[in-house]
Amino acid sequence: MNSITHPGRAATVDLATLAPAAAALDRIWRGGLIAAACWLAGAAVTRGWPDLTPWPRTDLFAAIQLAAALALAALALFAGDTPRLARLRPLDRWFGAIPLLLLVWQVLTAKTGLLPLPFFPPPQSILEVYTDDLSRLVESAAYSLLLLFPGYAAGGVVGFVVGVALGWSQRISYWGHPILRFLGPLPATAWLPIAFFFFPGTQSAATFLVALATGFPVAVLTASGIGSVNAAYYDIARTLGASERFLILRVAIPAALPNVFVGLFMGLGASFAVLIVAEMMGVKAGLGWYLQWAQGWAAYANLYGALIVMALLFSGLIGLLFAVRDRVLAWQRGIVRW
Amino acid sequence: MVSALAERPVPATATGIAVQIRGVSHWFESKGERLDVLDGVTLTIAPGEFVALLGPSGCGKSTLLRLLAGLDAPRAGKIGADGVRITGPDPSRLLVFQDPTLYPWRSVRQNIALGLQARGVARENAHRIEAALALVGLEAFGDALPNELSGGMAQRAALARVLVNDPRLLLLDEPLGKLDSLTRMTLQAEILKLWQDAGFTAVLVTHDVEEALLLAQRVVVFSDRPARTVREITVDAAYPRHRDAPELQSLRRDILASLGHEHEL
Repeated sequence: MNSITHPGRAATVDLATLAPAAAALDRIWRGGLIAAACWLAGAAVTRGWPDLTPWPRTDLFAAIQLAAALALAALALFAGDTPRLARLRPLDRWFGAIPLLLLVWQVLTAKTGLLPLPFFPPPQSILEVYTDDLSRLVESAAYSLLLLFPGYAAGGVVGFVVGVALGWSQRISYWGHPILRFLGPLPATAWLPIAFFFFPGTQSAATFLVALATGFPVAVLTASGIGSVNAAYYDIARTLGASERFLILRVAIPAALPNVFVGLFMGLGASFAVLIVAEMMGVKAGLGWYLQWAQGWAAYANLYGALIVMALLFSGLIGLLFAVRDRVLAWQRGIVRW
Repeated sequence: MVSALAERPVPATATGIAVQIRGVSHWFESKGERLDVLDGVTLTIAPGEFVALLGPSGCGKSTLLRLLAGLDAPRAGKIGADGVRITGPDPSRLLVFQDPTLYPWRSVRQNIALGLQARGVARENAHRIEAALALVGLEAFGDALPNELSGGMAQRAALARVLVNDPRLLLLDEPLGKLDSLTRMTLQAEILKLWQDAGFTAVLVTHDVEEALLLAQRVVVFSDRPARTVREITVDAAYPRHRDAPELQSLRRDILASLGHEHEL
C-alpha cells in the first residue's frame, strides 16, 4: 500500500480507508460477549428470584456471576484480538455453557426445590463450603499431596529400574516376569489390610501402597518398551563400537521412554485410587478422609465441594505429567492428547 | 579381473579392507525347523574394490552382510577381514540399511555423532561431525529431527553417521531400495563419489541389476535361497558410467538371463 499512483491499486486504497472501522468490529470477541450475557442472566436470576429458604451466600454467588460477566465483557470488547486471548477464544461456548448450567442447577434447587435437599445442595451452598471451611479443605488437600508424592516418586523410580532390568536381561525376566504377571493384576487396595498390619503407621503403609500402585504399571510398560525397541537400533550401535552400558542408557531407555510415560500415566491414576481409599480406611487426614467425614455428617455440600477440589487437583497433576512428557518427548508427534 | 582392479579410479592411498569368505554356510532355526540361507559361499574382495551382490529378494545376501559386519557368526566356513577372522562388530566395518534407522529422539547431528560418542571420542572430533554433515550436503539440517527429513535426506544422514567413523569396509544393504527413482540416481552418484574419494572397500547388496552395473567393478550373482554364487561378472567400464551404454546393456541382458529372466527382455 505504499503507492497510490499504481492504477491497479486504486480500489485497494479505497477499501483501506474503510478498514479501520471493519477491523474494530472484527476485534470484538463475539463469543465472549454472549458468554458474558449468560453470566449476567445467571446473576439476575440469583439475585432477583428469592430462595425458597434463604441461603447465606446467595448474594456473594450473584456478585461472582456479575464479576465474571463484567470480566468477560471487558476482555471481549478491549482485548479480543490479543494473542494471549487467542487460546481462550475457541473455548467461548464453554464459557457460555457453564453459567447456564449453574442457572439451571440453581433454579432446580434453591429457587424451586424440585431436586430435594440434602442430596442436591444449590451452588451457593457449595460456595459456602469454600468460604467457611476453606482451611480444612486446603489442609486436607495438602495432606493428600504429601502422602501421594513420596509414594509416587518411589514407585516410579523402582518401577522404572525394575522394568529396565526385566526388559534388558533374560535371566531377570525369567524370574521376574512370572511374578509380575501373577501379582500385577492384584489391585493395590487389596494389600491394604496386610499393609496396615505390617507397617508401623498408617502413613507409611499408605505410602507403600501408592508406590505399589504406581510401580506395577511403570515396570510392566518400561519392560515392554525396552523389549520392543527396533533391533536395528542395537545393530547400528554395536557396529559403531557401543558398550552394553551405552546400549542401555543411550539406546534402550530413550527408545522406551514413550512407553515409560504411559506407565507413569497409568500409575498416577492407580495411585489416586489407592490414596483416597487409604485415607478413608486408616489415614485420618486428606481429601479421602474429608469425604468420609462429610458423609458422616450428611454434609453433602462439603462432599461435592471436596470432589471438585479433588478433580481440579488430580487433573492438574495429570496435566503436569503430560507437560513434562511433551517436553521430554518433543521429538515425538501425534501422541495421546490430554 | 586383476587388470580391472589396476585401472580402478581409486587413489593409491586406498585404505580398504580385503575380505575373505571361504565356504560360508548359514542357517536359522525357528520352531525346530532349519532354514538355510547361505550355501558354501566363497568370495574374495580386494582392498578398495566395489562389489555388488545381486540376487532375488530374500535370498540371503543381507545375511552375508551381517556376517561381514560381525553381527552374526557363520554356522560353517570362515570369514576374514585382512586375513583376520571376524569375531564381532568393529567400527572399521559398517553397515547402511535399507531403512535409515536414525534414532528419532536425536537430531541429525547427534545421530552422526553416535559412533564417536559410543567410543568416547565425540568431543575432540566435533569438527568431523560438521565435515560429515557437509559431505552429504546436510549442513543446514544438523539440528533437524529425523522425522523432519525426506527419505533421501534421511538416507544421506545414515551414510554420514557411518562415514564419520572412517570405515574401511562399507556394507550397503539395499540402501536406496525405498527411494524414488530420481533421488536414487542422485544418491548412486554420491555413493560412487564417496567411494572414489575415501578408498574404502564397498559391498553393495541390491536386486537392481542396473544399480549394480552402474556402481560396481564386479557383480556377484546369487541364486535363490539358500544363496550360492552363480556367476561373477567384471564390469570394466570407466566411471562415471551411463545407464544406456551398450556395454552395460549387454551385461544387463546377460545377468538377467542367468537369473532366469531372459524371457522378459
